[in-house]
Amino acid sequence: MQLQDYGLILAFFVLVLAPAPWLGRYLYRAMEGERTLLTPLLQPLERACYRFAGIDRKREQDWKTYALALLAFTLASLLTLFAILLLQGVLPLNPQQLPGLEWTLAFNTAVSFVTNTNWQAYSGEAALSYFSQAVGLAVQNFVSPAVGLAILVAFSRGIARKSSAGIGNFWVDLTRATLYGLLPLCLILALLLVWQGVPQTFMDYAQAKTLLGADQTIPLGPAASQIAIKQLGTNGGGFFGVNSAHPFENPTALSNLLELAAILLIPAALVFSFGHYVRDLRQSRAILACMLILFVIGLGVTLWAEHQPNPALAALPIEQAGSMEGKESRFGVAGSALWAVTTTAASNGSVNAMHDSFSAIGGLVPMFNMMLGEVIFGGVGAGLYGMLLFVLIAVFLAGLMIGRTPEYLGKKLEAREVRLLVATLLVMPVGVLVLSALAVSLPGPAASITNPGAHGFSQALYAYTSGTANNGSAFAGFGANTPFHNLLIGLAMLLGRFGYILPILAIAGSLAAKKRAPLNDNSFPTHGPLFVTLLTLTILLVGGLTFLPALALGPLAEHLAF
Amino acid sequence: MLKQFRPAIAMLGLMTLITGVAYPLLVTTVAQVVFPEQANGSLLRNEQGQVVGSALLAQNFEGARWFQPRPSAAGFATVASGASNLAQSNPALAERIAQDAQRLLGEGSAPVPLELVTTSASGLDPHLTPAAARWQVARIAAARQLPSASLERLIEQHTERSMIGPDVVNVLALNLALADNRAFAENESTP
Repeated sequence: MQLQDYGLILAFFVLVLAPAPWLGRYLYRAMEGERTLLTPLLQPLERACYRFAGIDRKREQDWKTYALALLAFTLASLLTLFAILLLQGVLPLNPQQLPGLEWTLAFNTAVSFVTNTNWQAYSGEAALSYFSQAVGLAVQNFVSPAVGLAILVAFSRGIARKSSAGIGNFWVDLTRATLYGLLPLCLILALLLVWQGVPQTFMDYAQAKTLLGADQTIPLGPAASQIAIKQLGTNGGGFFGVNSAHPFENPTALSNLLELAAILLIPAALVFSFGHYVRDLRQSRAILACMLILFVIGLGVTLWAEHQPNPALAALPIEQAGSMEGKESRFGVAGSALWAVTTTAASNGSVNAMHDSFSAIGGLVPMFNMMLGEVIFGGVGAGLYGMLLFVLIAVFLAGLMIGRTPEYLGKKLEAREVRLLVATLLVMPVGVLVLSALAVSLPGPAASITNPGAHGFSQALYAYTSGTANNGSAFAGFGANTPFHNLLIGLAMLLGRFGYILPILAIAGSLAAKKRAPLNDNSFPTHGPLFVTLLTLTILLVGGLTFLPALALGPLAEHLAF
Repeated sequence: MLKQFRPAIAMLGLMTLITGVAYPLLVTTVAQVVFPEQANGSLLRNEQGQVVGSALLAQNFEGARWFQPRPSAAGFATVASGASNLAQSNPALAERIAQDAQRLLGEGSAPVPLELVTTSASGLDPHLTPAAARWQVARIAAARQLPSASLERLIEQHTERSMIGPDVVNVLALNLALADNRAFAENESTP
């Protein structure tokens, strides 16, 4: 590790954590319709949206109506995007005259962007028109994190309110999250990225004659606007095939820092928004402490692993240093390792280096981060509602230990809530273990594996983990673009999204309806070091232990065989 | 659920207009006015105004007379970019690196810098570490019959330093300087 590496890590933590309390308060106020800095500018637009769509912004929805509205919006999005991708050949803004996608690929891609996964079985510059990118994908890049944020605030209201049937209005939450939350930040980041060298144009690709006389096509497009929301909305779907490793997508060390910080900016801020909802910022600090502990452990392990020379090259007459295969010079080992941990802690899934070429342990950490359900900061909204599920489970376990009815912030957790919690715990194991076992057992699908030995199994395991966790990063050697994987990973993504969303909204509804029990001396405190420890251990044991056998067959076996 | 479809379709249409049309158009307009160079791909032109490449994308250079960039798994293809995605444990990676190291040893002394035998993530990595560029100086100096010191100076001039990332030097910038700079042209011998 060199001095600049410490500089990068320090600058990263400052950019993520310093604005979080302020941004968290802003997001809380914006989502509750209170006056903010941007209200004078955005309120007319917001009101116009409600008028046009026929929405009464003051009308509260119960959890079932909220869920139905969300499902209707998702279905409309899914069908629209699917149609755009199939028909891009006859749609406008297609200077390269690219044909429509094959239907399983179009299905996979539509599901991928609607579920905030951004798994990409295609290469952007070779397969998608500007229309598909900007009007199809970029729209979902905005609304899919906005849906995540909406669910989080609905859940927060469920915990904060008492004896209430309503948990908010989905349409209002969706609109505010997009207009007040995502758009302003994206405008700023997009322009910063153009300044650093990211293209932003609707002109055709440029043709160059290189210094040695070869022809070079220079792919262009409205990249910066899409990359900004790709990072800030924890989407991760690259404008170019190799994502943020592409010199146009991430041109400098500074753009790398900005894109890195953008991944966790909103998720870290939302921890504070939650504190404002429940009127207790100690809860925020406890949750943030747990996230930071898990994040720093993962970062430390990955940095160490990637700085080790590859033992297979020990006898060669080359410099013996950390792994540089599949990494870019301007990011180096540390900038790549930090990105890998960040993008999988959140449900971002963008990459600036190829995880497939990471060391066995360096590749294990990103996979493990996803298997925990992406609760270490996590996706916009999605990360924190996943984390709050673990909080409830930790509270339930503590209740069992001390023999009292478990309570969180004065809300009793009863059989119905616990049943729903257990249902969400099954999502990751089913998606990851069952589906990847299916994929590697069948001869056809298993042919997508491109590396030999244990690492080959890791490729398939990573793909299904990424899909179910709605991450979208890959061990990119895996040949994912086959009808089988397109459909099955599509299924994994739907399971990973709605397997959480529906139980969470149900829990939100049932908590909102409860009375608030007064806190007393016997209540188990959900802040302070004791609870942080309990929560961290719960995540590692409940979330992690399930996957140990699978990890032993993949990255651990690869590491030990060396 | 049917009752929810009218707002669903209306909202999707509105969001498409705002985030899919207005937002990219606004960013494009501002970017084209404020940062026109970068927004159009940081294109480099020769004296005749023809595009010779982008300052940000690697070009393939072969032969002893040029600084060579990192090897590209996709053969420097720009559509579509790509990486090797070889695992550390994959014997094909060790084999490839052994062959490349053997070939490069004819051009400089051991150990060969790691960057010159590993493919980048994009296949279009425009940079090298200054050390990996300096490693090539002896070869280029011999081929061009130039003093090593002037090449060392060239690398020094083009080194980009950052507080938050490794020092790097742009290979295309170095080679453009080799091709254009009169000081170098005077000394050039015929290949």
